[in-house]
Amino acid sequence: MEIHRFEKLWLAAGILLIVGFIATVTYGAVGEGVAMVNDDGGTIDPTKVSEDANFSDPGVEQVGPHEYEAHIVAQQFLFKPGTSTPIRVPANSTVTFYVTSSDVVHGFNIVGTNVNTMVIPGQVAKMKVRFEEPREYGIVCNEYCGAGHHTMAGTIEVVPEDDYEGGA
Amino acid sequence: MAYVDDYPDASKLVRACFGVSFVALGLGGFFGLIQALHRTNVFRGFVSSADYYTVLTGHGVLLVLVFTTFFIAGLFTWATTHSLERDVPSLTLGWTWFAMMLVGTALAATAILAGFVPSIDMSADVLFTFYAPLQAHPIFYIGAALIIVGSWIAGYTYFKNLWGWRQDNPGERIPLRTFMVVTTMLMWYISTIGVAIEVVVFLIPWSLGLISQVDPLITRTLFWYFGHPVVYFWLMPAYLVWYTVLPKLSGGRLFSDPLARVVFVLFLLLSTPVGFHHQYLDPGIPEGFKFIAMTNTMFLLLPSLLTAFTVVASMEHGARQNGGTGRFGWLGSLPWDNPAFSGSALAGLMFAAGGFSGMINAGMNINYLIHNTLWVPGHFHLTVGTAFALTAMAISYWLVPQITGKRLQFRGLALVQPYLWFFGMTLMSNAMHRAGLAGVPRRTAEPQYGSVDFSGVVGGMTEMRIQIAIGGTLLFVSLLLFLVVMAGTWMAERGRGQLTVNGVIPPALSGPEHSPRIIDNYRVWVAIAIGLIIIAYGPPMFDLVADGLLEPGSPAFPA
Ligand code: HEM
Ligand SMILES: [Cu+2]
Ligand SMILES: [Cu+2]
Repeated sequence: MEIHRFEKLWLAAGILLIVGFIATVTYGAVGEGVAMVNDDGGTIDPTKVSEDANFSDPGVEQVGPHEYEAHIVAQQFLFKPGTSTPIRVPANSTVTFYVTSSDVVHGFNIVGTNVNTMVIPGQVAKMKVRFEEPREYGIVCNEYCGAGHHTMAGTIEVVPEDDYEGGA
Repeated sequence: MAYVDDYPDASKLVRACFGVSFVALGLGGFFGLIQALHRTNVFRGFVSSADYYTVLTGHGVLLVLVFTTFFIAGLFTWATTHSLERDVPSLTLGWTWFAMMLVGTALAATAILAGFVPSIDMSADVLFTFYAPLQAHPIFYIGAALIIVGSWIAGYTYFKNLWGWRQDNPGERIPLRTFMVVTTMLMWYISTIGVAIEVVVFLIPWSLGLISQVDPLITRTLFWYFGHPVVYFWLMPAYLVWYTVLPKLSGGRLFSDPLARVVFVLFLLLSTPVGFHHQYLDPGIPEGFKFIAMTNTMFLLLPSLLTAFTVVASMEHGARQNGGTGRFGWLGSLPWDNPAFSGSALAGLMFAAGGFSGMINAGMNINYLIHNTLWVPGHFHLTVGTAFALTAMAISYWLVPQITGKRLQFRGLALVQPYLWFFGMTLMSNAMHRAGLAGVPRRTAEPQYGSVDFSGVVGGMTEMRIQIAIGGTLLFVSLLLFLVVMAGTWMAERGRGQLTVNGVIPPALSGPEHSPRIIDNYRVWVAIAIGLIIIAYGPPMFDLVADGLLEPGSPAFPA
C-alpha cells in the first residue's frame, strides 16, 4: 500500500499528538493527583437513604485536624444541606464529600471549580476537596432531574477558620 | 439518465426517507429556536419553564434519532445501489423497514408531544438519553426500539445487495461506498445491542410495570455503550460524502481509496470500547476503566486526522485541475458558489473546530471543568449539528435532483444557506463553549440562580446570551431556506429543463488494488472489534451485575 510522503508525516504528527494527550492526562492523574470519581463511595439502597446511618442526618462533620466529611443528599429539587441551609466548612481544610440521591439522577457541581460529579441513585459519589480561602461558592444540579430542575441550586460557605462553629 | 430512472425502487425509498428526515429536521430545529431564546431569557413566551424539557426531549429525539437515522438510511440506500450498480433487492423489504421506523417515530413523537397537553395522561420528558429512574410512557421506549430494529433490517438489505453483487463479480474489490456502508453498519449492529438490551430487557418491562425496579447505573452504562458509537454512526455517512462526493464536486478525484478503507476499519474497531468517556464523572465505576476508555478515545482521533488530510488533499487536487495555483491560492479555485460543495466543505471546517473541543472533553481530568456544562452542546452542534447536519443538507442539493429527476429550485436561497448556517453556528457555538467554561449548566430552562454568580473566563454573560440567541435564530432561518428549496424542488414539474447535476463519481487516484485484500474481509475486523469491547466492557459489566441485575434498584419516577 503506498502512502504519500506528506501523509506519512501527518500520520507521525498525529500519533505524536495522541501520545502527548495521553501523557498529559496521565501526568494530571499521577503527578498532580487529580483522581476521578471512583467506586470507593460504595453503594446504597436508594429507597432507604433517609434510614442510612450516614445520610439520615446529612451535613458536615469534623473527622480530624483540618479534616471534614460532608454527607449530602440530592433530591428533586434541592440539596440537603446546601439549598435551604448553606453547607458550611472552614478555610484551610480538606473536605471529603459523599453525595447520593434519594430519587433520580442529579448532578453536583461547585460552579467555576472542577468539583463536579454525577449523583446516581444507588451509588455514593466521593470526592476530596481542599478549601484554602474563605469565600462563597454556588452549587448547581447540572443533570436534568425533572420539571423543577432549573431551581435546584445551593451554596457552600467557606468561613474563616476562627469563626467556624460547625457545619450546616 | 438520472439515478431515478436507473434505480426506480431505490429512489422511492430514498425519497421517503429524506422526506421524513426533513420534517424531523424542521420541527426539531423549531424546538432548537425555542430553546435558544428561552434559556437566554430573550423570549420565554413559547412554553413554560416546566415544558421546556418537553421541547428539549423533542429536539434531541427528532434530530439525533429521527432526522439522522432516516437520512442515513436513505443515503446508504443510494450509496450501495449506485456503487454496486444494482437496485434494492426487494422493495417489499424496503417498505417494511421504512414502515417500522416510521411507526416507531410516530409512537415516540406522540409520547413526547403529549407532554404539552396536561389533560392527556402521557408524557416522555426524559430527554434523548432517557436516564432511569425518570420514566417515560411505554410507547416512547417501544417507538425508539422500533426505529433501531428498522435500521437493522435496512442494514440487512445493504448486505443482501452486496452478496448478490459478489456472486456476479467474484474476486472483485467491494466498491468504496459500499465498503463504507458495510463497516458503518457493522459498527452499528455491535453498538446498538447495548441500547437494545437497555430498552427491551429493562426499560420496557419496567415501564409496563412487569418489573418494579432497575439499576440506574447499569441502564446508563448500556446507554453509553451505544452512545459513543452512535456519534460515529452520524459522522461516518458525512465522511462517506467527504471522501467520495466532495472531491468530485471540487473538480477532482479522491486521493487514496486504500486509506479511506483503513479509516473506516479503524472506526469499526475503536468506536465502541470508549463509552466510559461519557461516564468519567459517574460514581460506581473504577478509575482504571475510565483510563482505558480515555486512551482508546485518544487513538480514535487518528482516523479523523487522516480524514482531514485526505479530504483537504483531494480538494486541493480538484482545485488545481480547475486551474488553481499557489500555496493557498488554489482555495479560490474551488466552486464556492455550488451549495453542495460549500456546505460540505464548511461542515468539514466546523468539524475540525469540533474535534478540538472534543479533545478537551476526552481529557479525563479536564472533563471535570466542562462536564454537563453548556460547553458540551457547544461541542456537538459542531459535530452532529453541523458536520453531519450541514453535510446532509448540502448533499441533498446534489442528491434530491437525482432521486426526483427535477432541477434544484430557488438556487439563490440554496447558495446562501450553508454560509448562513456557518455564521449562525459560529455565534451560537463559541458562546456556548465559553458559557460552559464559566460553569453555566446545559439542559436547563433558566440558568439564572439566586445563589450562583457565573463569571466568564472570556467575555461577559450578557454578550454570550445574545450571541446564542442571535446564532440560534440565524440557524433557524437557514433551516427554513433549506426546507423551502427542498419543498420547491420536490413539487417542481419533472422534465422542465435538463438536470444540471451529474451523478458519476470518478475513481480514486490511488485505487483499491493498492490495498491488501484483507481490508475487505470484514469478518476479521468484527472479531477484533468484539475482542476490544470484551476487554473494555467485560470486567466493569461483570462488576455492575455481580450484585444483581436490578440492584441497587430504583422505582420509577414518571416524567
Ligand atoms: C436551528 C438550529 C438549532 C438550534 C437553534 C439549536 C439549539 C439548541 C440549544 C440552545 C440547545 C441547548 C439546550 C439546553 O441544554 O438547555 C440544544 C441542544 C441540543 N441540540 Fe440543538 N440546535 C439546533 C440544531 C441542532 C441539530 C441540527 C442537531 C443535531 C442533528 C442538534 C442536536 C442537539 C442535541 C442532541 C441537544 C442536546 C439535547 C439534550 O441535552 O438532551 N441541534 N440545541
Ligand atoms: Cu437537576
Ligand atoms: Cu463519546
